[in-house]
Amino acid sequence: MRRASTSKPARTPTRRPGGRSRRRTSSWLTEQRVIGTSAVIVALVVWELVALARVKPALILPGPIDVLRAFRDLFSTSAIWTDLWVSAEELLIGLLIATLVGLPVGLLIGWYKRVAYALNPFVNFLYATPRIALTPLLIIWLGIGSSSKIAIVFLMALFPILINTAQGMQSLDQGSVRVARCFGASDLQLFRTVALPGTVPFVASGLRLAVGQALIGVFVAELSGATHGVGLMMSTAGQQFQTSKVFAGLFIFAFAGVTLTAVLRRVEQHFAAWRLGS
Amino acid sequence: MFLRMSSDSPHAVTGERPVAHLVAKDVLIEYPTPGSDLITTAVRDCDLVLDRGDFVCLVGPSGCGKTTLLNAVAGFVPLSGGTLELDGRPIPGPGPDRAMVFQQPNLLPWRSVLANVTYGLELSKKVNKAEARSQAADLLELVGLADVAQKYPAQLSGGMQARVNLARALAVEPEILLLDEPFAAIDAQTRELMQAELLRICAARDVTALFVTHDITEATFLADRVCVFGPRPGRIVKEIQVPWGRPRSHDIRRTPEFTALSEEIGDVLYSAIAEARAAQLEGAAR
Repeated sequence: MRRASTSKPARTPTRRPGGRSRRRTSSWLTEQRVIGTSAVIVALVVWELVALARVKPALILPGPIDVLRAFRDLFSTSAIWTDLWVSAEELLIGLLIATLVGLPVGLLIGWYKRVAYALNPFVNFLYATPRIALTPLLIIWLGIGSSSKIAIVFLMALFPILINTAQGMQSLDQGSVRVARCFGASDLQLFRTVALPGTVPFVASGLRLAVGQALIGVFVAELSGATHGVGLMMSTAGQQFQTSKVFAGLFIFAFAGVTLTAVLRRVEQHFAAWRLGS
Repeated sequence: MFLRMSSDSPHAVTGERPVAHLVAKDVLIEYPTPGSDLITTAVRDCDLVLDRGDFVCLVGPSGCGKTTLLNAVAGFVPLSGGTLELDGRPIPGPGPDRAMVFQQPNLLPWRSVLANVTYGLELSKKVNKAEARSQAADLLELVGLADVAQKYPAQLSGGMQARVNLARALAVEPEILLLDEPFAAIDAQTRELMQAELLRICAARDVTALFVTHDITEATFLADRVCVFGPRPGRIVKEIQVPWGRPRSHDIRRTPEFTALSEEIGDVLYSAIAEARAAQLEGAAR
């Protein structure tokens, strides 16, 4: 069928089974997005219907519209901004310190066998321990302010970064190493030109895991005693049976996690363009 | 027989005899067998002389020590006895004066094709970045890959990767090019094309090459001289002169002389294997 020539692009790419479909990167409406968005809408509608059916009272199971209302109420006061700011600060500073420590230590463990021998007992011990269990201890030491939360976030986020980095270093492609050696590469050159770039994908996935762990850290640490924060806000709302407010807090956490993960995925794709085939 | 086993190598034709470039004398390479006190002898009593511009193939059954000898020239494996000298100096270790082309292309996947070719130059810091890039671009032109310079290795076919591998080795302008079955993992048609390409490139750059293979026709097609390796312990049992000048066209593959020469190399190889097997049986019976 011939169409009149318009500047309007096709809405969805046509996929022929077996054949290679030409992907339209310019069009926002891909098949994946259409199906994904529809599924979310369906889920929200089902949730609202279940809430409207009043199987449980609204106090216990609010619907999406109740949650939206809670959001509106929440953002009509200034308290939420303090909570958001405090939690965001704890999360980002904790993540930053975890990266600044985990990356170099992971590189050292991966590069020098003897460093690995020395640090492995500690890493294994701390990794196997539920670090969240250190919260009471850290609150005793650092008080109920931000610093104890940052410490928890740091401990939660450190290990995914550290262990992934070390693993990336240890699983270098021996063929690449041989090539570098053959051209007379020094240890430093081998590190810079083969080990570091080869480790980037491992670091990126370590960071993504770390974000999830850090969010758990913020939430649980704020539960165990805090002055401000989204986690504290949720726990207070829960005690007062403001269930829709709890949901609102939950969505704030989820949104933070999804956003950070998406940003990291972008970064990862940027550094790993070479992994994409033709 | 019509085969010329005389010494009229390509250099003899020009009249002057260049100085020996790579000299191996009584080379002995031993290494401990993993998990026991036994010592394995990989190469023994091995003599080999390469002149500048020579193309020599080492053929032999797998596990005969030909790759070990190549690795010793590359500087990866220490000698247990004898001497191995490049331009009169013993080989200290791996270095960019001896570039190795492995069977696996081993391209760095995060570098573009061009950046892979400049890799050796970057490490040696002999030339600045712009110079390295322009040299690499010339080499990519030579191997016929100028149009994929900005692509990543994952986007190339096996044959193209092998060309990049070759260009990368040539980029450091090595004294000698060491090739360890570089085309073994490529399909038969591409392999034959690559063999002719290699000869063309070697002629264009006046390369000295030591090429390890187990493929007899490959050795016959490429080499000025074919050194047949006997197994266990590895040593050169016979050197066979190949009469044709280089580069060569595919037509010579179809000549009766080519077939006869390949058969002769095969005969030497198989009798060496049979001899070694007989010696082994005798040793076992004793």
